[in-house]
Amino acid sequence: MKKAILFRLRAVVALIVLVIVFSFLSPAFLTPSNLIILAKHVAINSLLAIGMTFVILSGGIDLSVGSIAGLSGMIAGLLLHDGLILRPLGVVVFFNVGCVIVLSVLVGIAVGALNGLLVTRMRVAPFIVTLGTLYAARGAALLISNGATFPNLVGQVDLGNTGFQFLGAGTILRLPTPIWLMAILGLIGAFLAEKTPFGRRVYAVGGNERAAYLAGVRVARVKLIVYMISGGCAALAGLVIASQLAAAHPATGTTFELSAIAAVVLGGTSLAGGKGSVVGTMIGAFVIGVLNDGLVLLGVSEFWQYVIKGFVILFAAIMDKWASSAAPQAGRAPRRGL
Amino acid sequence: MKSAVSPSDDSVEGRGVVLRAEGITKHYGGIVALDRVNYDVYQGQVNVLVGENGAGKSTLMKILAGVEYPTSGNLFLNNHPVAFRSPLDAARAGIGIIYQELSLFPNLSVKDNILMTREPTHLGVVVNQKREEELVREVLERLDQPINPRAFAGDLPVGQQQIVEIARALTQNVRILIMDEPTSALSAVEVEALFRVVKDLREHGVAIVYVSHRLEELMPIGDRITVLRDGHHVAEALVRNIDVGWIIEKMVGQIPKGEKLHIRLKEPAVVLEVSSLTCRRADGRPLVDNVSFDLRRGEILGLYGLMGAGRTELLECLAGSRASFEGKVSLSGEAIEHMLLADRLQKGLILVPEDRQGAGIVQSFSSTKNLTLSSLKKHSFACCMMRHLEKSSFSSMAENLRIDAPDADGPITSLSGGNQQKVVVGRGLLTSPQVLLLDEPTRGIDVAAKAEMFDLMRCLAGEGKGILFVSSDLKEIVGASDRILVMSNGRITGEFTSEEATENALVAASSVGHGYAGVWKTLAES
Repeated sequence: MKKAILFRLRAVVALIVLVIVFSFLSPAFLTPSNLIILAKHVAINSLLAIGMTFVILSGGIDLSVGSIAGLSGMIAGLLLHDGLILRPLGVVVFFNVGCVIVLSVLVGIAVGALNGLLVTRMRVAPFIVTLGTLYAARGAALLISNGATFPNLVGQVDLGNTGFQFLGAGTILRLPTPIWLMAILGLIGAFLAEKTPFGRRVYAVGGNERAAYLAGVRVARVKLIVYMISGGCAALAGLVIASQLAAAHPATGTTFELSAIAAVVLGGTSLAGGKGSVVGTMIGAFVIGVLNDGLVLLGVSEFWQYVIKGFVILFAAIMDKWASSAAPQAGRAPRRGL
Repeated sequence: MKSAVSPSDDSVEGRGVVLRAEGITKHYGGIVALDRVNYDVYQGQVNVLVGENGAGKSTLMKILAGVEYPTSGNLFLNNHPVAFRSPLDAARAGIGIIYQELSLFPNLSVKDNILMTREPTHLGVVVNQKREEELVREVLERLDQPINPRAFAGDLPVGQQQIVEIARALTQNVRILIMDEPTSALSAVEVEALFRVVKDLREHGVAIVYVSHRLEELMPIGDRITVLRDGHHVAEALVRNIDVGWIIEKMVGQIPKGEKLHIRLKEPAVVLEVSSLTCRRADGRPLVDNVSFDLRRGEILGLYGLMGAGRTELLECLAGSRASFEGKVSLSGEAIEHMLLADRLQKGLILVPEDRQGAGIVQSFSSTKNLTLSSLKKHSFACCMMRHLEKSSFSSMAENLRIDAPDADGPITSLSGGNQQKVVVGRGLLTSPQVLLLDEPTRGIDVAAKAEMFDLMRCLAGEGKGILFVSSDLKEIVGASDRILVMSNGRITGEFTSEEATENALVAASSVGHGYAGVWKTLAES
């Protein structure tokens, strides 16, 4: 039990060290305003990464999350800016902001469901399926506006669709809404993974899919649901970005899938599936966020930032390998040479 | 209890100890797997190693083969101290190992598997395919096995995969060959072939370390026997001086009573009804061919057959893990052939698979999580897993099935094979099944655990459950079943009650249409 706690603490220790180092190097780092900016940035990545955690725990991968984020932002932009144009009836329907958000998230869940169905029914590898939807969803986002941005998504009072900015730029109890979203989704995600039968099944499918299947776990259903969760989380992240900018740009979220995967891996989740946690992912997202923020404050060149982040990810992966081989396990696989 | 023989009793002159292990101790966390064990391997002999589950046999073998490193103690090869840091080190020193759990590359061909890392090449660059095939055919001929060198290892039945493992070790010119339960998945014919090879190797001065739970087969093949119990060396003897009773006594400390009970209900109802079940391969050749039978409540129905007879496939069709088949299956009168595996499981039909590592346990889970995997709803409340429900299920199941697990929340991989198997069986029992399909339930588990498994089966049958169990072990199937079905080439070729079943009759039925007639005749005569 002690080992398990230490195992989780390793990422926390790294986070604390980074915070201490940056607060010594830059007086601007440990100020409330900076920390809130930092947390807002982390919120977007962690929304993507929480969904991604479920997919990776089940032994899959979801490369389409960045594109889904872009697509859902564009759907929201279209519905708020142009409305839903029903040509045969000659009317334009404007939804209120709540409906817009729900519809956009549903689109994300639908793309996730498509991923899940292709993985389970067609038995195509998750990497390929989600690589396909990465392109397709991005294309769809560009087609919606023919590549243009939906600007000024503040809504119109007479149409009753104001208030979209609250999602990304509003505050509740003086904390920005995205931070609340991150906290709530993180809690739900951690509960779902650790405490529910569904979570147990996700871990089982990632740990040994055949054994899980023979034990009566409905493997196809579990996989479908994890991709839907990931799609829904990605759509929410896209909405937060569109709301922050009060504009929907079709290229939003490009390469975000990579930061999300990085957060999951930094959090100690095994890409082979079956091992890891949502809490770890949140910590991983904060490690990336603190690095980004701190390096910018120190005026480190953007090019060096990439190099440093790359090495942090590699270092974390090596630490995980080392920690899991040091753990006492009677039946562990023999050490492999080259 | 120290050595039962003195070294001078060694009749084979000039063939001394080739590998000596002194004071070997191995800890896994808090568990002591081996405690100051001395073990000698004699050249040109079959050195048998026996012991119950968890006695430390597998650990000792892994240390000899360089897979594990001892916590303390030394190894001497030809009286020179050696330290194997990896299996490669041991292989260079001429030590080969064949694992109980198969470790083939299912995605590669038989010849690639056999010659992995030692492929013959043209000028050290391009693989010499022709030479490869020659080498592989040579070794498979020596083993008397008609396996296509180009077939994918993953497509072979488990028995033939084991033969491939043996072939792999044979091509390495080993001086010491360690075999962990080599016959656990083999049919009688395959065992005969294997024993011929073992004897041949022994004549060539190879030292064999042979681990098996099938005590009766040790008697003709073994030269020298060492018994481990709870991580200690308890006895050593020449096989010709002892009998099976001696081995069991040393292993468990007492001779277990093997009374065969036949409690039969008066008018037991049919619980599983199978009619004209047929399942085909992609090329149309039937794997299971028009099979019909009934299973009654309280009945233990044994299913015997050679490797590839279609037993596993039949069980897969019944359990629902093989979707495409024709025919009818009904459970307590309800048609289930259209149902998914998960639904059949909820209706009360469970399968304990043959391949424990690949299909039985979730390696990343604790013992408790493995146990409750099929009945998560039962262990949760309002969508929240209840730890105390899981814990109490584990402790009661551990007591009923006598699962020896020091830490219920420790990794299942730290349990011995027999205890892992009990967890898998317990997982099924938590779903309150009506019918249990057990595919080789005693594969790779020791004598005492086997006896417990049969007691358990009898006890479950006594509760009115129907049990269909597959075994390649003639004695097991004759001893444990109320009724026996024999399969060959996908068809049922014999049905026997426990009274009329003889080993010869079963072997005869299992080779119908196989052209093995000569083989079983010699078996029957011996």
